[in-house]
Amino acid sequence: MKIPLKYTFRSFKAKKLTTTITIIGVSLVVFVFAAVLMMAHGVEKTLVATGAPDNIKITRKAANGEISSIIDPETQNVIRTLPDIGKNPDGTQLISNEPVVVINITKADGGLSNVTVRGIGKVGMQIRPQVKIIEGRMFNFGLRELIAGEALHKRFPDAQVGSKVKLAGDYWSVVGIFSSNGSGFDSELWGDAIQLLGAFNRGNTCSSITLKLADINQYDNFKRAFDSDRRLQQFEHDSETQYYAKQSEFLATFIRILGIFITVIFSFGATIGAMITMYSAVANRTVEIGTLRSLGFKRRSILASFLTESLAISLIGGAVGLVLASFLQFFSISTMNFTSFSELAFSFALSPSIIIISLIFALLMGVLGGFLPSVRAARMNIVTALRAG
Amino acid sequence: MSEIIEVQNVSKSYWRDSLEISVLHNISLKVNEGEFLALMGPSGSGKTTLLNLIAGIDRPTKGKLIVAGTDIAALGESALAKWRAASVGFVFQFYNLIPVLTAFENVELPLLLTKLSKAERRKHVEDTLEIVGLGDRIHHYPKQLSGGQEQRVAIARAIVTDPVLLVADEPTGDLDRASAEEILTLMERLNKEFKKTIMMVTHDPHAAQRARIIRHLEKGDLTEGVEYENIKANI
Repeated sequence: MKIPLKYTFRSFKAKKLTTTITIIGVSLVVFVFAAVLMMAHGVEKTLVATGAPDNIKITRKAANGEISSIIDPETQNVIRTLPDIGKNPDGTQLISNEPVVVINITKADGGLSNVTVRGIGKVGMQIRPQVKIIEGRMFNFGLRELIAGEALHKRFPDAQVGSKVKLAGDYWSVVGIFSSNGSGFDSELWGDAIQLLGAFNRGNTCSSITLKLADINQYDNFKRAFDSDRRLQQFEHDSETQYYAKQSEFLATFIRILGIFITVIFSFGATIGAMITMYSAVANRTVEIGTLRSLGFKRRSILASFLTESLAISLIGGAVGLVLASFLQFFSISTMNFTSFSELAFSFALSPSIIIISLIFALLMGVLGGFLPSVRAARMNIVTALRAG
Repeated sequence: MSEIIEVQNVSKSYWRDSLEISVLHNISLKVNEGEFLALMGPSGSGKTTLLNLIAGIDRPTKGKLIVAGTDIAALGESALAKWRAASVGFVFQFYNLIPVLTAFENVELPLLLTKLSKAERRKHVEDTLEIVGLGDRIHHYPKQLSGGQEQRVAIARAIVTDPVLLVADEPTGDLDRASAEEILTLMERLNKEFKKTIMMVTHDPHAAQRARIIRHLEKGDLTEGVEYENIKANI
């Protein structure tokens, strides 16, 4: 049988100060670690939520995002001939040809920021039922009016009902605010696609096409027809969810790599802190180690006991760090999405996998910090240990 | 009476840098079951080293140690730990109780290495603490006990598994005279009433008086055994 856990936990009390400092150190590192993962997950969640799984997004293959994608009118017509595209009762196809441009507008703090402007038609709203006007009204088709996403509305003084936004040399009125349940659309301005094409002299080209299939189970059939049409070789299709998931990859990976790199450096400090705590625990309890060994407890029991102590300290630190990080969910921030070159607002998002990874990270610090001191305790000569008193 | 300890030509040396320090020289000793032996000698004579060797917490450089029928010098690390748990009870000069555990939990420690159930362990611990006269202190922490009481808890911990051999290293060395007498009386009782074989290292001739046999160590050599009556006469 192992050395009782109460011995491990009550020993904390005997070294309150060092234990507390170590717990604080580990919790801060785990806080930063979890915050970074929550940030990356927030980006993914926001962008993935932007798409609907039964919508299909078509862009030019060579383009990194909608902003650099061009679909000419001929191709738009070819796409209209593909099978299984959903239709309205009046027979119009559920296809939204969308021009997307990026403009500069002033942030609340005074700086300029890139914002995506999306042109849509009536079908554009229809295939995105999650988009709701929450203030003001929908823009009128045929007029130079805009509706602003909720996230923009909060951060940009010009994204308010009644404000005007300068677009291609002309002023467009903001007439409404919309919400798409925290998705990436909330960081966009929407207006009439035809007006937008005219303002930017784009003719009839659009940046992307989003369409809804009559039945998503027919996607394979649609895919076969799309892939086998030589006229569409320069273009690619994806489910809208998948498209935005891919769009989030670069930014999320960038945040993760940078963040993890920084937290790993921080974690050296916390690991050394845990190591010092455990070395002092071993030094202070040398006689106890000698006594336990003389009573018949084996080396591995001593090793397990001290390692458990180190793991418990790091686990407590990890839990504290996670609790602190969980409050970040109440905050949302914005950053430049490198793929669309425009502002993306998102919230920190916690997930079960982040909880597990953060606790594993904390335990790893505990193992690394506690292993050498625990080995030292386990290898101690009984007679020498007993004489330490 | 059968022999419980047989020390055959045991030597022990330590190395300090490149210097060999010889502590015990070719010691041979036999102790019968149920004996109460006091090991005396000046500081550095090797008495604690001999006790540690017999208790299986140190290893001889040379020679054979047969304790309770086992050649303990031949045992591996793990087997030796198991043997200690089953065969030896330790009483230390400074009690060596675990400060964060109560008297009950300290006494229970060696039983955690047995297959006894929780209820059986509780019964053993309570009975043993009653024997040492601390039935009313089971939930006290060491710092809430006097030195004498702490040593009694340590004795309870040493005998709770009913080991064949009890080793005590200066068990009264940290106690006042009255407490020391209490501890020695308890040890005497354990020897006479419970037939425990006790090997005690002490500087104190008064403590040694309670033993039935006294052996002296001088610079690593064992002198002849003397019955306690002879010692008493010389004090």
